Parts: sequence; structure tokens; C-alpha cells
Amino acid sequence: MAKWMSVAQVKEKIKESSAEEVTARYLELIGKSKINGYVTVSDKALEQAKKIDAEGHDGPLAGVPIAIKDNISVAGLPNSCGSKILEGYIPPFNAHVIEKLLAAGAVILGKTNMDEFAMGSSTETSHFGPSANPWDLERIPGGSSGGSAAVVAAGEAPFALGSDTGGSVRCPAAFCGVVGLKPTHGAVSRYGVVAYANSLEQVGPLANNVEDIAVLMDVIAGYDRRDSTSIESKTEYQKALVDDIKDLKIGVPKEFFGEGIHPDVEKAVWDAIHKYESLGASWEEVSMPNIKYALASYYIIAMSEAASNLARFDGTRHGLRANGENWHAMVSKTRAEGFGTETKRRILLGTYALSAGYHDKYYLKALKVRTLVKQDFDKALSKVNLLMAPTTPNPAFKIGEKIEDPLTLYLSDVNTCPINLAGLSSISVPCGFTDGLPIGLQIIGKPFDEPSVLRAAYTFEQNTDYHTKRPPEVA
Amino acid sequence: MAYENPDGVKIGLEIHIQLNKLKTKMFCGCSTDYHNAAPNTHTCPICLGLPGTLPVLNKKVVEAAIKVGLALEGEIAEETQFHRKNYFYPDLPKGFQITQYDYPIVSNGKVVIEGEDGEHVVGITRAHMEEDPGKLVHIGSIEKSKGVLIDYNRSGMPLIETVTEPDMRSPKEARRFLDKFRNILEYLDVFDGNLEGAMRVDANVSVHWGTRVEVKNISSHKGVERALLYEIMRQKNVIRRGGKIVQETRHFDEGRGVTISMRTKEEAEDYRYFREPDLMPMRVRDWIPKIKETLPELPDAKRARFIEQYGITDMHARSLTSKIMLADFYEAVCAKGVDPKVAATWTADVFLGELNYRDLLISSYDGGTIGFIHAKDPEVKNSFKVLGMTELVNLFSEGKVSDRAAVEVIRTILDGTEEKTPSQIIKEKGLFKAEDDLVTKAVAEAIAENAAAVQDYLGGTEKSLNFLVGQVMKKTKGTADAKTARELIVKELKE
Amino acid sequence: MITKEDVEHIGWLARIEISEQETVEYMEKLNSVLEYFGQLDELPTEDIDPTYHVAEVYNVFREDEVEECLPQETVLVNTENKQDGAFRVPKIG
Ligand SMILES: [Zn+2]
Repeated sequence: MAKWMSVAQVKEKIKESSAEEVTARYLELIGKSKINGYVTVSDKALEQAKKIDAEGHDGPLAGVPIAIKDNISVAGLPNSCGSKILEGYIPPFNAHVIEKLLAAGAVILGKTNMDEFAMGSSTETSHFGPSANPWDLERIPGGSSGGSAAVVAAGEAPFALGSDTGGSVRCPAAFCGVVGLKPTHGAVSRYGVVAYANSLEQVGPLANNVEDIAVLMDVIAGYDRRDSTSIESKTEYQKALVDDIKDLKIGVPKEFFGEGIHPDVEKAVWDAIHKYESLGASWEEVSMPNIKYALASYYIIAMSEAASNLARFDGTRHGLRANGENWHAMVSKTRAEGFGTETKRRILLGTYALSAGYHDKYYLKALKVRTLVKQDFDKALSKVNLLMAPTTPNPAFKIGEKIEDPLTLYLSDVNTCPINLAGLSSISVPCGFTDGLPIGLQIIGKPFDEPSVLRAAYTFEQNTDYHTKRPPEVA
Repeated sequence: MAYENPDGVKIGLEIHIQLNKLKTKMFCGCSTDYHNAAPNTHTCPICLGLPGTLPVLNKKVVEAAIKVGLALEGEIAEETQFHRKNYFYPDLPKGFQITQYDYPIVSNGKVVIEGEDGEHVVGITRAHMEEDPGKLVHIGSIEKSKGVLIDYNRSGMPLIETVTEPDMRSPKEARRFLDKFRNILEYLDVFDGNLEGAMRVDANVSVHWGTRVEVKNISSHKGVERALLYEIMRQKNVIRRGGKIVQETRHFDEGRGVTISMRTKEEAEDYRYFREPDLMPMRVRDWIPKIKETLPELPDAKRARFIEQYGITDMHARSLTSKIMLADFYEAVCAKGVDPKVAATWTADVFLGELNYRDLLISSYDGGTIGFIHAKDPEVKNSFKVLGMTELVNLFSEGKVSDRAAVEVIRTILDGTEEKTPSQIIKEKGLFKAEDDLVTKAVAEAIAENAAAVQDYLGGTEKSLNFLVGQVMKKTKGTADAKTARELIVKELKE
Repeated sequence: MITKEDVEHIGWLARIEISEQETVEYMEKLNSVLEYFGQLDELPTEDIDPTYHVAEVYNVFREDEVEECLPQETVLVNTENKQDGAFRVPKIG
């Protein structure tokens, strides 16, 4: 069996052999893994596959294995969010996207490593230690959905689910040389996904090619009455896979090529834009003056929402419980022990940003800046169909390189978080390499214009071969 | 005459009522019918606040809030939304409460009560929707607790919190307000006040227009008057001794009837309100016309109509409309063609009095039968039929039973276990009014046998007449009509 | 600028116990981030409305229909600290 298979190839293999055999093969690869991508391997995966073989299944993903980020609830599997505080917690219910996947016949291989509560861009804040980037085991895979990106890049799953709050799908996709989509806010239900920053995040797919992203979106997207922010849309994602971008108007926001950008990244992205030009598209530079404030706005909003979201981890109903002479002391000690340093920093900052006397200065201000950022995008996207920019200004960094300084770490999200602020759709596709490390091209579309985003990504893929490159170290 | 308010008392109330008549909780599909259930059996991932769960608002909660707002003559907000109130407490599974903050659904309402000096208006500052926390049981006492048990069955129950202006000038007015408020809510059919924890009250109280003190944990609307009387006395005594009232929160100990200072935390609370990002804002003013159509006739309007339509006294009308089920019962009796004034006396004075004496609470009315449960033991139940009251009122109006016998019939039904009609009871107990000649005979006998009393009466001692009437009643075993007996004696002695 | 007292206060609000030594570390790290956040001050936003949600959606409700609850044993399955069907925690204050 080939190590890297597309979903279509996996389905072919299942037909030739069995779902059980395919799942067993993935489990074997996971067993030999060098990247610490999974934090839990499901003991029910084989059983699930056997059941599909025995009973048959006509779902679009019958027997196809998938990896799930560890903040998406799967009934019966631990859901740790990369945190010690959730030690031993097993959700008694499935997230909406998991229900959809199971109904489609997918086999859940396990849960993947992530930055603690999705707070990070490297997986280094995970209680389970960092995952390795398959292209260079000394480097981080990006984050926070680093485990999902890494296992897809290493061939340990054909595709995976992540979640993207400020770049958490796209950043690791770029660093690991895979494709990752952040859908429009409201396109995919958040029910069962442990919240980091509610108004910003979405579940997003990661895969080795654009087609598999569309296949997965057709399964997981759609209205869910259990998520009040879910929005009805009739998008058919696979229908968008057309190798033709003639008359496409591309906007290139120069602010996304700011200081500190790696020259190879800049060049690779421009090469991609010129490639589109050669395929019949046109491009123009657009200006987005408020983008430079997006990162601060994003972090204030995310931390504020997070401080509140994470209040439920108090040792009372599940997970870690420390000893304390009374309930409040128990909670304070549990949270001190259970949360990692970066999570605590963000909770403290978020608490501060919402506290009496600072709410307007930080939280309200950030929401107003969010309006300005959104207006920049509205204006730019009224002139062009899509925006293109580097997903991250730099390729994957070394494990431990940035962990000590929160600000440099936050800068990894500089090109991705504005999209979350504005609630747009955006994809990262491989567009080159620098010193053997992948580079990601970010394609940004209007809300619910995933079809245009996917079509552009698909066309690029059909006319380049970056997505066929495999990391030598894990080959 | 205007009420002088000698102690300068100002009372404002914050009332939480549970919308316990809805089928499901505020943000999840769990049943609200948990009152007799084992702990943590009416919960789901959402009301347990499990990671990843999201709230979805029960539409009926908004409808109920609008109903309440309209009944309180308040304004319904153009746009309204939910906020998170962040604080840590074990009954709060998410570490925040979903509530409303600066955009409450209702503002600027009012309730007119019977105040110290006639009609008195109590302003309603606002009313908003929020979720109830779970329930804590302290192992041992609250002060010497060894631990706490948490039951989340109540978690996520829909509440409406109503905040009044500090317009009440005495504990009696506060009590009257709550009675009226509760009455209105029951008219709206959004709330069953008989269920445990259905209404919880916090009060702000100050004397001599001074510093206000918050009294929390008043769980029954009857407790309010006691709590406030105590707290006003306490404050007056502090001032008399030259002390100062400090702004603080006090806890009402219902058992002892006193308020206890809850030590002020060294760190002030800071709830860090922000908009609930998992819920969308609401624009629901276009629901108003439709909801208005469903609004029932409210107590004040019904009272005015009763006076007008049935020619009854204001006091009777007030009493009959104090419970919507009683008002409906009364109207059903009247609809059978009985004399409404007689029916009002028997329903408002006798029947209601007997219910209160027995601690029975009206708990249901289905058009034909009014049901009650015992205030302290919900297992004790009974009922009374519209037809029973109709029959009784008719028998009385026609002079077939004495008032004493009619009271006896009501008592028998309320204390009985078998279902019986008034005529059955009258027959079984021989309560029919005595035949006229029987009374005449008894009158003659009484006069003959009590010469001294007769002399006293004729000599001007009016009391002796009562003695003679009593003798007649005794001889007729109470079946005689006292008024008739009296008339007969007077007639006899005058001749 | 955040002071040591501020760190202690927000630590209490967030119920995270912070040691003496950590207080100083947090103070430094948090201040460097807050300083970065401070750049927003240069942007005038008096006339700008805040964006809470990108989608302008109103009135999302569910019907008042009963759904199944979890069995008590499932509710309590993730904790050892239980008694008589309830969660058990230390005394509150
Ligand atoms: Zn529930």
C-alpha cells in the first residue's frame, strides 16, 4: 500500500482489499511514528472498519480513516485539548462534525496533538510535548492544529480535522506542506468543539490535496441547529473543483508582505501569483491600512473570550482536581497546576482586558478595530475576486526557538488572524520550499465564497507539483 | 391622607421567577420537570457546561419575557442580547452565567398596588432573562460545612429577573407588591408559584433615606415582610445607638427570622460582562401585536369588570381575582345562573377562608373542578366542583339550607375523601332547614321554659333574646334559620 | 503598566494561584504584550461600531421541545468525587 494516498485512492484500496486492512495499515504507520502527532489512538478504529466491511456502508467516506484534533469531542475518546487539566476526561457526546463523519462512514483513527486549548502556533504548549515537523524533525509543525497537519504530511492519515481561530489550520498546513482550509464563520458547526475564541474559530479540514478538502467539506459543512452561529448555505464544495481561473481578479495586499518576511517566502508567493497570471488571471496590488492593527485586535478578542470559556475547568465535574482547604482554593490550585504557562498568560490577559476600568480600553477597542479590519477586506474584495498572500511570513522554526517570548510567537499569526477577524474563507496551499521547508500560499475569499477559493487552489494544484512532494525524513 | 413614612423607609426588590411552566430549560432540551427527581437526572452536556457545548435559546422564554413586560406596562427593547456574567461558584458549571446586561428585554414598567395610603405606583426598572445555576446542598450547616453536594438539575432553568425602583415604603407594601406581581405572573400562565424555588427575592432597604443594605436569600414571598421588618428594626437601632449603616449584603435566616451579615470579601467582585458570542442578538418587537392578542385579562381589569358585571363589592372582587383559577371558578359558578352576589360571598369569604384555614393552595382549575394541594405537603390534595358550588349557592338562595349548614357542606367536601354533592351531604347529615311548624313549636317551648329570660328581654336586656334564639337552635339541632327564629320570638313576645 | 498587585488581583479573578516568583515573571511578560496592544490607541475609533460577530444574524431560537437527558451515571462518569448522585466538592468559603 502506498504511504500517501488521496481519499479516492483510499476508497479504491478499500474496494480491492477491505476497510479493516486499510485502517490496520494506518495504525501500523502510526505505531512507527517519529512525529508525536497523535495523543490518542482509537482502540475502536479497527472495530469500526470491520463493522463497515461486514455491514457495508454507502456513505461517501465508507471505511476512510481520518484523524481528529483533540479539541473536537468524540464520544468515548479522551478529549484533552493538549492540557493536563482535562486529564481523564472522556466526553459522553459527539461533536456535530463527528456525527457527520460517522454517518458518512469515516473511521476515526485517533486524536491529534495541539497547542493547549489551541493557544499557540507550534504545538509546543501541549501538555504532551511538541509534535515534530515531518520535513525536519527538529522543527515545529506549526499550530495549533500541528498534530493534524503533521500526521497528514507524514502519511499517518489521509486527511484530518483541525480548528482555526487565528490561523490554526492554515499555519500548520503551510509549515507541513499540506492543504488547510478555514471555512467562513458559520459554515461548519462548532457544537462539540472546545471553545477558544467563539466568534473567530471554525473547524477546518487538512489534506494532501484540494480535492480531499472539498470531499471533507461536503461531509462536515452545513447548518446545525445546536450552533446558534451556524448559517444555512447550499454550497457544493466538490462542484467548485474546476481547473480554470480565466478572468480571475487577484488582489495582492502589500501589508501581508511586511518587514520580517523571509525572501524565499516572498518570492514563492509572487511566483504563484505570476503562475495564475500565466493561466489567465490578472492581479493588482490592494492596500489595507488597518491590517497592521489586526494582530493586537485578534489577540485581545481571543484572550478575552478564552478567559471566560476556560472558566469551566475548575476541577469540579471532570479532569484534574488539586487539594484545597475550600472550593475556591481547590479551583485556584487546580488551574495553577492544570494549565500550562502560555494558557495562564492568555487567561490572565483576557481577564485583565475585560476587567473593570480596562474593558473599553482593550476589549471594546479591539472590537472597533475589528470593524476597521473588516472594512479593509470588504473594500478590497469589492474590487477583486480573491486576495493572495503568504500564509506565514516564515517557514517552520526550530522547537524551543520562540517559546520563551510570547510576542514573537504571536507574530506567526500575523497573516492569518485578520481573516478570522473578518469572518472570511481562506485556504493555504503548498507553493514552494526554502531549505527543504514548505511554504504556503494563502488564498482569501469573501464569506461563503469557498467555491472561488477552492477553484483557485485546485487550478494552482493542477498546474504545479508542490503538493506531490513528500517529506524525506519520514518517507 | 398621604402616608408620612416616619422612618424614611425605601425598599426596592429584585425578584427571580422561574419559568417553570415551559417544557424545557433555557438553552437545552432538558425537561423542567425535575422537582421530585433524583440529583443530576435532568441534565445534558449543555446544562452541565461540558466543553464544546453551545446554548440555543428556547423561543418560549422570549415570548414569556415579552408577556411579562407587557403585563408590567414596560417597554420591549428594539434590540436585546445576552451577556456573560463571569464568576466562579460550584453551582455555575460554565464559570459564567448567561444573563442580560445593558440591553434587557424589558424596561420602564410599573405595577399599581394597594399602598399605605391608597393606590401606589411601584416602578419597574427592568426585567431580563437569565439562566438559573444548579443547587448546592451543604453537608452539615452552611457555617460549618464539611463539603458541598451539587445537583445540576436546576442548572439552565429559565429565569426572569425583575428589578423594581426603591418605591416601596414599608414591608407591607413590599409584600403587597409581591402578591400582586405573583398574581400577574400566574395570570400570564408562565409560572407556577407553588413549586419550590419558583420565586426568590432579594431586597434593598434603607431607613431615613440613608445607605442601602441588600438582603438576599428570601425564598418565600411570605418571608419578605418578616425579613424587612427585622432589617428595618436593626437599622433603626444601629442609628439610635449612634452607629452608621454600612453598605453590605445580608443573608436572611428564615428559621430564625433575622438577617446576618455576609462578610464582605476582601476582593470586590468584578463580573467582566461581555456579550455572549455563542448567541445572536434578538429583534422581537414585531412579536408584540401577536403576543398582545394572547394576553389574558389582567387582575386590575378583571376586578373592575367583576364589580361592574356582577355588582359585587370591591373587596370581594379583589379577593376573587387574587388567583386566576379562583376568578375562573367564580365566573363558571355565576354562568350557571346563580345570584352572583351570593356566590361571591360564599366563594370569597367562606370557601377561600376554609382553604386558608386548612393551608390549602389552589393549584389547578380545569373548567369544572378547582384543585388544591397542601402548602407543606403536596401529597395532600383535594378539589371542589363548579357544580357543587352552584348547587350550594342555589340551595342557600332558595332558603333551603341555613348558612351554618352551608358552611358545614363546604367543610365536609374539603375534608372528605369521597366525592359527594351538596344535596347528598345535606341529606346524609340531616342539614335541611327545619320545617316552619317545628321552629314555631320550639319557639313556644323556649318561651315557656325560660320565664326569667323572657322577663329580662321585656325589661330591656337585649342579650336575653340571643339566649332564647340559642335555645331554639338547640331544640332544632341547628336546622332552624337563626334569623327566622329571632323574628318569631320577637313576634311572639310582642303579642 | 500592570503592577504586582494587578497580577495578584487578576490571578484571583481568574482563580489561578500565582506564587511570589511567578508574579514578577507574569508582570514582565504581560506588560510586554500589553505594550504591544497599546498600539491600538493610535487609531481613532470614536465613531466606529464594535464588531461582535461578522454575520448579522438575529433571532436564532429553538422550539420548546423536550430532548433526552443523560443518565445520572454518565453525568458522573468523569469524576471520582461524587456522593448520592451529586458532585462532591470541598466547602465553599
Ligand atoms: Zn440540559
